Amino acid sequence: MNLLAQQLVNGLFIGSVYGLFAVGYTLVFGVLDILNLAHAAVFTLSGLSAVWMVQAAGMSIWLAFPLATLLAGGLGLLINAAAFAPLRRRADSQFSGLISSIAMAIIFDAAALGLFGARSVRFPAGTVTVHVWQIAGVTITSLQVGIVLVATLLMVVLTLFLQRSRTGKAIRTVAENERAAMLLGVNVSGIIAFTFFISSALGGAAGVLYGLYFDSLAPDMGRAIELKGLAVIVLGGMGSIPGAILGGLAFGLSEVLTVAVSGTSNLRDAVAFTVLFAILLLRPSGLLGRGKLREA
Amino acid sequence: MEQLAQFYAVYGSVINFIGINALLALSLNVTLAAGMLSLGNAAFAGIGGYTAGVLTVHLKAPFIISLCGGTLMAGLVGLLLGMPVLRLKGVFLAMATLAFGEVVRIAAVNLDITGGAEGLTGIPNITQTWMIFLALALAAYFLAALRRSRIGWGLVSIREDETAAACLGVDITYYKVVAFTIGAMMAGFAGAMYAHLNYLITPRDFGFFIAVDLLVYNIVGGTRVWYGPILGAALLTALPEILRGIGVAAGPIRLAVNGVVLLLVILFLPNGLASFFTRWRPAAAKAGRPERI
Repeated sequence: MNLLAQQLVNGLFIGSVYGLFAVGYTLVFGVLDILNLAHAAVFTLSGLSAVWMVQAAGMSIWLAFPLATLLAGGLGLLINAAAFAPLRRRADSQFSGLISSIAMAIIFDAAALGLFGARSVRFPAGTVTVHVWQIAGVTITSLQVGIVLVATLLMVVLTLFLQRSRTGKAIRTVAENERAAMLLGVNVSGIIAFTFFISSALGGAAGVLYGLYFDSLAPDMGRAIELKGLAVIVLGGMGSIPGAILGGLAFGLSEVLTVAVSGTSNLRDAVAFTVLFAILLLRPSGLLGRGKLREA
Repeated sequence: MEQLAQFYAVYGSVINFIGINALLALSLNVTLAAGMLSLGNAAFAGIGGYTAGVLTVHLKAPFIISLCGGTLMAGLVGLLLGMPVLRLKGVFLAMATLAFGEVVRIAAVNLDITGGAEGLTGIPNITQTWMIFLALALAAYFLAALRRSRIGWGLVSIREDETAAACLGVDITYYKVVAFTIGAMMAGFAGAMYAHLNYLITPRDFGFFIAVDLLVYNIVGGTRVWYGPILGAALLTALPEILRGIGVAAGPIRLAVNGVVLLLVILFLPNGLASFFTRWRPAAAKAGRPERI
């Protein structure tokens, strides 16, 4: 029983990182109807640069974390300017945008390899002071609690920002109808660029937290989370932010539960992707989707 | 002649892989022609490759049976998968086929008969270069003929406007399932050829990133003519070798140049490399992106 409770708690922690990653993914999809496949590369680059800032530049993690997040946001602006903005008026912008974002992902991966090497790295010991608590037989570390707090904080701020602020409302207007937004005087290309900034910054923050949680970062770590992120945003409903958060938690929980039930880690992803497949067939709009199938 | 033999000795494996990748790219082109984005073709190649491998290694089947078995198995799975999945459109179809591909890959990792994560070894090396390119020529001819056929025009009409096509009496579901199954069979065949070329197949050979590569070949080459995917596959498969030839060192720089080439092609050649050879009707290029609702 304790083992199961422990697994549930672990699933919650890793699920919140997945959720944070997926929120950035789904934000761009919601606004542009385009998948940004360079998102995982930003996640990797930001995590690795945070390690570099702490290790080589001797910064505190409290400074490195926001800096790496800002850097990731900057990469988002770069992705938009190089890969998406020039294609926006093209007939097949869905396909070509997919490919140009893959090209950006390759370039970022090359940058990560060139700058930080191919070996896996970790934050130096003592980057964050870790307390270990035992609550009802379940082990929880202060690091885990911190990760959930930071992830939750970022998601709450994002939700409030989208609902309350003028810029947030403009983002939602562009997502709903680009042309109408333009007629209402919204600076559409500026809003799109800003969306990329936020989206990538969240992906970057997820990269740093992921690195702290697993205590290991490598240039190929984005590959594992890329597919999971896609699964999470489909699960939650493409473009839905609460859906991405819930989807992330559900995905994290399903992973640890599969391992706990089957006793091996081999089937971990199989269950997740079978569920994804079934959801697409039975309820294509996802758990919290808008209840309509978008045209291709 | 001697220089040619020497060239083949050095670059034979690259030439073979160009052929296999071009076959795989053509298999995806069948579905793209109807506007369906499938990320499952790498998995179909895997099904074909593993079926061929299992037939040969465990059942001692001859080469031709093994090829046919791989092709038919992939086609059967394609048919069974296509019927429920092809109701989905756009990104959702891509996601469903992606999930299917991952399940296939994980199955190959976990089953005993497929040799697990280390892969299936000991598949006799029978595939020759001429076989690959004969198959490629036949596949290209078949696709060109298909495009001019009733089914081909039906698929194009589905790509341009599915609702209008349905109103004009095009049996959407039937055409889509046919295209998807043909694509699956071609991918399965290419996978079976690959299994007999490489001696060893592993689940990694058919994963998500291979599926994405196939899409990249198509877009870079150009999806609207039969030789587009072949051009894309040839350029991108040979690119690492070309870069090595002109002295770009291995590692990050070569990877970066790869990415930059891809980006430049996408940005400046909207119809892919094929646009060097074809003049497009301006109307076709401008037929705008459908208004989002």
